[in-house]
Amino acid sequence: MGAAKQAVQVDVGDETDVPVIEHAPSERETTRKILPIVEGVVLLAALLAPLVLQDYLTVFATRVIILALFALSFDLVWGYAGIMSFGQALFFGSAGYGVALLARDLDITNIFLVLPAGTLIGLTFALLLGGFLLLGRHPSSVIFVSLGTLTGSYAADRLARGWYYLGGQNGIPSIAPMSLGGYDFTEGPAFYYLVLGILVVVYLLCRFLVRSQFGLALAGLRENEQRIAFFGYKAQHLKAIIFTVGGAIAGLAGSLYAFHEGFVWPNMVGVVVSTQVVLYVLFGGSGTLIGAVIGTVIVEGVSFWLSDNYRDIWPIILGLLLLLVILFRPLGLISFVLGERERVGSFGAKIKEKRNAAP
Amino acid sequence: MPLLEAAGIKKVFGKLTALDGAALTVGENEFHGLIGPNGSGKSTLMKCIAGAEVPTQGKVSFINTDITAFTPTERARAGMSLKFQITSVLPTLTLYDNILLALQAQCSLFDLVLSRTRSTLHDQVMSMLTQFRLANRAFDAAAALSHGQQQWLEIAMALAGKPKLLLLDEPTGGMSLEERRVTGELLQPIKKHCSLVIVEHDLDFIRDICDRLTVLDQGKVLASGTVSEIQANTSVQEIYLRRA
Repeated sequence: MGAAKQAVQVDVGDETDVPVIEHAPSERETTRKILPIVEGVVLLAALLAPLVLQDYLTVFATRVIILALFALSFDLVWGYAGIMSFGQALFFGSAGYGVALLARDLDITNIFLVLPAGTLIGLTFALLLGGFLLLGRHPSSVIFVSLGTLTGSYAADRLARGWYYLGGQNGIPSIAPMSLGGYDFTEGPAFYYLVLGILVVVYLLCRFLVRSQFGLALAGLRENEQRIAFFGYKAQHLKAIIFTVGGAIAGLAGSLYAFHEGFVWPNMVGVVVSTQVVLYVLFGGSGTLIGAVIGTVIVEGVSFWLSDNYRDIWPIILGLLLLLVILFRPLGLISFVLGERERVGSFGAKIKEKRNAAP
Repeated sequence: MPLLEAAGIKKVFGKLTALDGAALTVGENEFHGLIGPNGSGKSTLMKCIAGAEVPTQGKVSFINTDITAFTPTERARAGMSLKFQITSVLPTLTLYDNILLALQAQCSLFDLVLSRTRSTLHDQVMSMLTQFRLANRAFDAAAALSHGQQQWLEIAMALAGKPKLLLLDEPTGGMSLEERRVTGELLQPIKKHCSLVIVEHDLDFIRDICDRLTVLDQGKVLASGTVSEIQANTSVQEIYLRRA
């Protein structure tokens, strides 16, 4: 505080028009970047996992990677744009059902058809629901959006349970494996590396997006939507766009999930899975992409281990753990290693480095 | 034709009538002060003009367009800009990013996603920061600024979109005398391209920078005219004496 006050007086007292620019770069500029290191470590661990894990654990790890992809979709929507979506499973599950129907009724399992189809289904549902919830003339309240998405997910769950064509309570079992030419993707290392590859590509695209000027607009949106509307941003459009992108990613994850598990069932579109993804992201750290991935891995890993060792009370232990993190680390586990400044990021940073290097 | 014309503005909150037929006319490149005792409806009138509140009755025209029903986004795109009473810079972002956020508001989505204006806007960001004496703090988080500096940052952000009309709600609230003087200096150069409506308690500050004044009392216009006319007005003197 003292220093800031002093700086004011120095500036104010300075009668010349142009103050000296950057005589002392602030400390923060010189601190190391933690985020790329964390990302690198996670990627390395993910690449090596199937080599050290037993087969049944590789299958489990594949499921976790798919869920991490799903978590990214929620993180974009909530962590970056501040839209509380309690119905993210709607896009995940509807895409799962969609590709299951393609496989069951039309015998379409080609990877280049089913994955785009699933992505498109997620995108379409998100566009419809997001358009309805977010594109009013005046900004919609957080409670309206969260209840609206929750209701959407709940309604889809009931619909799936009651509709005979979708298999009712049992869902659609024995989905044929995803194929490429003559090759079938069954559970195992090949499927694992396929989804890991997809995760990395989607992750990099999201990373590009959230660090772009569009990402800066999103940061403004989540901090103070009203403020940026007064700048002339079409805030509702921005929200609908990112919501739709999130829906598309959830759809991609849902179609991979359907083929990996070999069946889809009503829970997949319902409130339980919608809540689960919220927990992954809050646990790992919303507003960082890697936080969503880490959160998924840890929540799923801990549940897996607890359910093996504490057969009856594991959900209680897990619940307590989640509560502790949310109470004491509201920014998630990632905040143990990552400072606020780096989490938010700097959108003019590249130019700054260039200019600093110039003289 | 004036730049801004608000006429017959009535705003009712439940049983409270905050504005009762208030009016305001601002010409081009005019600095217009809006004064009056507490609760006279200054901030509400400002909000009705900026689009933060919708008037119960009345009409707001801006550059010959009826904007009464425009959303804040539409008003901003028409060339109007508001600085809130409570500073609402984005505290976790750097000063640089705060300004960039304001500058890029009307870029196309395509440009934003591909960051195509990041380098072209750089010089504008730095010159705005320099103009408002904040350049040496460019890469600090806005939360680290003193209150007065946050107000300057906010004014800079409000000016970033090159508005035709800037609405300032208590820009010198909580500032030291010296900071007020500097704020006045910072505002002078914008007169070449921008009109100003300013709500302010500090009458000395208002007198120094404004061309015309409008005095509100209990939701109505008590007087409107040049600074010297208002100073000579007996009913205005009376309400200020009554308050003191």
